[in-house]
Amino acid sequence: MAYTVQTRTRASGIAAIIGAGVLMALVCLPLFASRSLIQDMFLILTMLVLAQFWNLLAGYGGLVSIGQQAFVGMGAYTLFGVVILGGVDPVAAILFSGIGALIIAVPTAFFAFRLNGAYFAIGTWVIAEVVRLLVAQWKTLGGGTGTSLPREATREMWFVEGIETLFGVRSAAARDILAYWLALALAVATIGGIYWLLRTRRGLALAAVRDNIEAAKSVGVDAVRMKWVVFLTSAFGTGLTGGLIYMQKARISPDAAFSVTDWTAYVIFIVVIGGIGTIEGPIIGVLIFFLLQSLLADFGSWYLMTLGVLAITIMLVAPRGLWGLLSERTGLHLFPVRRRLVAPKTSET
Amino acid sequence: MALLQTEGLTAHYGDFQALFGVDIALNEAEVVAIIGANGAGKTTLMRSISGVLRNAPSMVQFDGAVIGNQPADEIMAQGVAMVPEGRKLFPSLSVEENLLIGTYGRKTGGHWSLETIYDLFPILREKRNNPGTALSGGQQQMVAIGRALMSNPRVLLCDEISLGLAPVVIKDIYKAVPAIKAAGASLIVVEQDIGQAMAVADRVYCMMEGRVTLSGTPESLNREAIHDAYFGAAA
Amino acid sequence: MIWVDTIVQGILLGGLYALFAAGLSLVFGIMRLVNLAHGDLIVMGAYLILVLVTLLGLSPFIAVLVAMPLMFALGWGLQKFLLNRTLGDDILPPLLVTFGLSIVLQNALLEGFSADSQRLPTDALTTASVQLGSISLGVMPLLTFASAILVIVGLNQLFYRTSLGRAFRATSDDAVTASLMGIKPANIFAVATGIALIIVTIAALYLGLRSNFDPNIGPARLIYAFEAVIIGGLGSLWGTLIGGIIIGVAQTVGAAINPEWQILAGHIAFLVVLLIRPRGLFPRAHD
Repeated sequence: MAYTVQTRTRASGIAAIIGAGVLMALVCLPLFASRSLIQDMFLILTMLVLAQFWNLLAGYGGLVSIGQQAFVGMGAYTLFGVVILGGVDPVAAILFSGIGALIIAVPTAFFAFRLNGAYFAIGTWVIAEVVRLLVAQWKTLGGGTGTSLPREATREMWFVEGIETLFGVRSAAARDILAYWLALALAVATIGGIYWLLRTRRGLALAAVRDNIEAAKSVGVDAVRMKWVVFLTSAFGTGLTGGLIYMQKARISPDAAFSVTDWTAYVIFIVVIGGIGTIEGPIIGVLIFFLLQSLLADFGSWYLMTLGVLAITIMLVAPRGLWGLLSERTGLHLFPVRRRLVAPKTSET
Repeated sequence: MALLQTEGLTAHYGDFQALFGVDIALNEAEVVAIIGANGAGKTTLMRSISGVLRNAPSMVQFDGAVIGNQPADEIMAQGVAMVPEGRKLFPSLSVEENLLIGTYGRKTGGHWSLETIYDLFPILREKRNNPGTALSGGQQQMVAIGRALMSNPRVLLCDEISLGLAPVVIKDIYKAVPAIKAAGASLIVVEQDIGQAMAVADRVYCMMEGRVTLSGTPESLNREAIHDAYFGAAA
Repeated sequence: MIWVDTIVQGILLGGLYALFAAGLSLVFGIMRLVNLAHGDLIVMGAYLILVLVTLLGLSPFIAVLVAMPLMFALGWGLQKFLLNRTLGDDILPPLLVTFGLSIVLQNALLEGFSADSQRLPTDALTTASVQLGSISLGVMPLLTFASAILVIVGLNQLFYRTSLGRAFRATSDDAVTASLMGIKPANIFAVATGIALIIVTIAALYLGLRSNFDPNIGPARLIYAFEAVIIGGLGSLWGTLIGGIIIGVAQTVGAAINPEWQILAGHIAFLVVLLIRPRGLFPRAHD
């Protein structure tokens, strides 16, 4: 037949091969890496997942949330709740984290969707504050001061014993390795899932809603439903990540788990610096975030100031972020979502 | 030397070119009409002259100076006022406030003031405290013209002031043109109604697809030539 | 009687929140810009007054007069050189830039003044109170409330009685047509943000006189301000005062029941209003 539509580019094919190699190396990393490197990688991967989900919301869905800490905190507290009160294994409890986040995401969306644009942003923030204040009233989980995971729960966590014997490490190090693998799996699943979503009809609809909500409605896209899908997906993923982060930390307090700086400001900066509205952007962004953190670790508040100034500058001079700049110069797309019309001969898809 | 002229004026909206080298001139104390079908580029021409669209400096000249690259507010301050297409009254302002804001960027004395505008369009005096948008289409058009006149402009640009109005209302509005002229302004009137344009103008330009296809005094132009210039020779 | 007292205190507290909110409301009304750094600018204003008080030995009430033109200049420059560049159809740039600004300001204050709590020096007047029947009203809360009313009356006069006010409204309606009137929207926006920061300075004075402040309390002030604006209805200044009062009363009543519920009660009141009147209590007819 005549023309076909495809999204694959040559670069994306090569990237897929390199990506598979990198993934293999990351899986095997605990074999030769130090414990502190594993911890750093855990931080990078979890921030990457949070960034991907915020990017899905803001970059693709046009929903700028400043309340992601609600889902991180709720996910984390759900994990502590089911472990401490329900005796569930912490690894299994991570799934409950996603569900916990979903449970507050539904009323949050109900309220916040009544607000537009910028007011949506502050609305999500208010709700995150409400959740934090409510959780701080929950005395069984330590109220305002917080609590720790019981020692038995962390010691007898699934897989930990296996890893201990496999790598010949102590329990604490084994838990870090387990957390790292889970974070890696979550990151791969997140990137894969978002990439898949963007390439489906639903992803196209999403882009249409973001670009022109009226036009999208006129061609039959249900904009409200798309917003719900994106918001709930993002809340679920953010909740899972929150659970995982606090499973590794094993200690929680409302102020930390619902911190707007840690779980939303950093995440926004990562996405903006790397490139909003792309899958590659948050990957670049998280690497720069970590690099700056290592360089400026001793300078306290200068670090956040630098990130903030960098993000403002990028928003003003290169609103598509560093990846946008690179991709514009080179035409490179590692996760192509754009559909291109291809002439008959070269097409196979 | 003309009071206002364009020289090889081009304009683009992204990749779409709307004007291809337009040359028009307006002399002191003259009324020039610009006619053409929808999409001929008349409104783009007005937007370019008034500074809403920016151009190369020499493409628009006013009173011997190049103004093509100046923003709208600076061009207005020099005495080129515009009655925009669709009237564009400010909904948050009353009729009188809509008139008063016309002097924001240019406060030269002259014939036009609240009083003289109310004399020109007496109905506005009655409705002075109503919100501008509560008026009928014709009355809104009067406010829009009055608002532009408040700055005592040397050039008044009128973009499609008869659009969507009943013939009797259009007549009322065009009755104001001699008074505006007498007070010292030269006019460029964009008009789709050829008859109306011929009646009011000293000279006429006809535009099609971003170019001037015909110009001359109303007497010198015959029906045939205008028809061709308006719709294209093949039509 | 204790309840009447609680509610009166709440109403007066609402004056403070209305002061927090008036600048936010003004800027949003004119250029549809939500400045996420608004709360941090209030805190910065408080530090500026503190510096003037300590360095020049001024009374806070004099220092605030010195601070006002400085804050106006800051707002003018901020809008002209930074925020104007973010305005447009896309909502991301203004949100992300002002959010970045909020984080930068917080950390700059932290670096400059440390995380220690500060307070503006109070004298006998500021701690005095007047007796009204069985209710004792602090002079300070009364002064705050009176200032809020004055600010709102002043802003309304500015908006509806002056040429600048007309230009504000016209630019808010339609910036392109406004430029045909000789108005420079970029300058109008800069002046509006300048004026917003004058109000911020007044809010900062009462913030600093009434309670302790530190570099981290900005975001919470932004949230109170935001809640007051939304409850009142976008663009209505008197609505903003009512919104502030509702938050204030909810907080004092909440605190009277259980001190830990003060902040929570304010947020809940906001959510309840959002639930029953999504466009606020006094929405603008056209928007």
